[in-house]
Amino acid sequence: MSENILDINDLRTSFFVEGNEIKAVDGVTLQVPEGKTLGIVGESGSGKSISALSILQLIDDPGKIVGGSIDFNGEELTDVKPSRMRNIRGNEISMIFQEPMTSLNPVYTIGQQLRESYKIHEGLGKKEGTKRAIEMLEMVGIPSPDKRIDQYPYELSGGMRQRVMIAMALACKPELLIADEPTTALDVTIQSQILELIKELQEEIGMSVIMITHDLGVIAETCDYVAVMYCGQIVEYADVETLFDNPKHPYTVGLLNSLPRHDMDQDELIPIKGSVPAPDEMPAGCRFAPRCPHASNICSQMPALETQEDGNDVRCWIYTDQWDGEKGVKVYDRESTS
Amino acid sequence: MTENQLLKVANLKQYFPIKGGFLGRTVNHVKAVDDVSFTINKGETVSVVGESGCGKSTTGRAILRLDEPTEGKIEFDGQDIVSMNKNEMRKMRSEMQIIFQDPYASLNPRKTVRQTLNEAMEIQDVVPKNERNDRIIELMETVGLQRHQIDRFPHEFSGGQRQRIGIARALSVNPKLIICDEAVSALDVSIQAQVLNLLKKLQREYDLTYMFIAHDLGVVRHISDRIVVMYLGKVVESGDTKAIFENPQHPYTKALLSAIPVPDPKNKSERIFLRGDVPSPIDPPQGCRFHTRCPYATDKCKTEEPLLEEKDSVMTGSHDVACHYAKDIQSGRHKPTYEMTDVRKALDEEGGDNESTGKELEDAKN
Repeated sequence: MSENILDINDLRTSFFVEGNEIKAVDGVTLQVPEGKTLGIVGESGSGKSISALSILQLIDDPGKIVGGSIDFNGEELTDVKPSRMRNIRGNEISMIFQEPMTSLNPVYTIGQQLRESYKIHEGLGKKEGTKRAIEMLEMVGIPSPDKRIDQYPYELSGGMRQRVMIAMALACKPELLIADEPTTALDVTIQSQILELIKELQEEIGMSVIMITHDLGVIAETCDYVAVMYCGQIVEYADVETLFDNPKHPYTVGLLNSLPRHDMDQDELIPIKGSVPAPDEMPAGCRFAPRCPHASNICSQMPALETQEDGNDVRCWIYTDQWDGEKGVKVYDRESTS
Repeated sequence: MTENQLLKVANLKQYFPIKGGFLGRTVNHVKAVDDVSFTINKGETVSVVGESGCGKSTTGRAILRLDEPTEGKIEFDGQDIVSMNKNEMRKMRSEMQIIFQDPYASLNPRKTVRQTLNEAMEIQDVVPKNERNDRIIELMETVGLQRHQIDRFPHEFSGGQRQRIGIARALSVNPKLIICDEAVSALDVSIQAQVLNLLKKLQREYDLTYMFIAHDLGVVRHISDRIVVMYLGKVVESGDTKAIFENPQHPYTKALLSAIPVPDPKNKSERIFLRGDVPSPIDPPQGCRFHTRCPYATDKCKTEEPLLEEKDSVMTGSHDVACHYAKDIQSGRHKPTYEMTDVRKALDEEGGDNESTGKELEDAKN
């Protein structure tokens, strides 16, 4: 059992709008084992990005972390001083975002932007900073980095910009990288380059990664552990093989069944009925109950995230003694999908 | 075969002028679509796939003459539509409709569902005035919306529901062909599956023909009968869905398919990494347009443009490829020139893309 670099316990982040509390992240508990990749998957509005921003203490008004703890290497991030937090960001925990064009500053060359992090975090001068920046660009596979370093973001293609973002995020060799939909805006051939690159750099630097995505394919390719989020909560957590082999939560199963596959023939997709409830209309009990094909009376109460025999953590009444619905219900029918 | 044909696109070219210099003269062209030909038969779904900038959306828009095509022939149901005047074309559009990617942007925010659907029927004059209300309710129920939502505005609907309104609007004029331009790309998977199933159901019920423009190959495999793969304004491969997915011939199609992440952790396929990025369509490479990134390119590929022709001996049915070496690659006689399964080596080989940037850099310094 490896050590956990990050240990999130019962994290709650809410937004206060017009006197209402909207619980964007509602009791998330997660661990990131050292050197491993944790995937967080979910649809829009599930709270996956807000969870990531909470880790970095980047939640602004009207949002607020209202409860829980985030333990990073023994340090409690919810109550470190802002100056210490600034030091952690970029130095120990780095983040890359979805849209590389809006995350890079358009009026500075990529060299200037890379040097900035060396100056802030390591106090390096221009000459030394440039040398390190060129090394870093080379590491992310940018050809002729000594020329590229004087270019502006608009002069680079989308894939190259994302590689510059990665170079910047990894400049100080962080222990944890949070990648929030790093390839969603990119074409597939470029996506595969970026994902492979992140994987190789992870091994070289020995860092841990949190991969946030809506794409189950990306999860299967890159992650060791997966947390499935729905409406601000984790509904299922397992290692990647268990999750795809033996999904237990009806939502996870619904996601897998509605995914059109390019690698096999399917007759009919089985969609999840309805849509995600609006944040101010959250059901009191299990949040997935209104869309769940198996929902029963007990689902009007909130189930807990509990560990099952085969290793999945599942938030569902079906796997408890209190289950009052159909006995022996088959949530995942392997035959119909493969 | 030909009487079954609904749409025939022949040698379609779409160039957009670049204005500049003194007096705003046209200095160059973006060759978005360059000599594209394909046909769509009645009742089938043909997908046009490719990465951003390959010209797939432009092709769709040119077919509806939302942009005037520069050159080429488009026949719909036996009629040449390029030579039609504005009025004739407007009438024609009741037969061919389009659903756009962004359901937020393609609906008028100040019109209710009733007004939106009414407007389409009014313009095309397809249903007598006194029957329109019933038709609107019927359409809403067909696409899975509730009749009490008829007087709601777009902002009161979710993304998936808005896309259903877009589908209802397209259906309202009884079209034969619907062009779906990334119609499900903006939706979450669970909603995407609902809309895909709806489109399939409607096709069966109304005998519709779809032209699907998409970049998600999972969606494409699920919905299509035939596939056209585009790269930089050209068709590089076309054929039956099964043939394209199970026996891709063009090196680009192979790389594209290998790049998609498989949602199965036990089944990690061998990746082919392409060097560099897609070149600019303003000054596309000579010869085969893919040669700057192709692992198999030779000198011949740099000068001689390959034709789209049948090269597959394994699969029957139609399967055309535009590659000089398709057969030799398949048999293993023609070997790749760079290490295409190693991402670092592929990235270092920026190929043709790098040459041009190098030149630009020199120019900038002078």
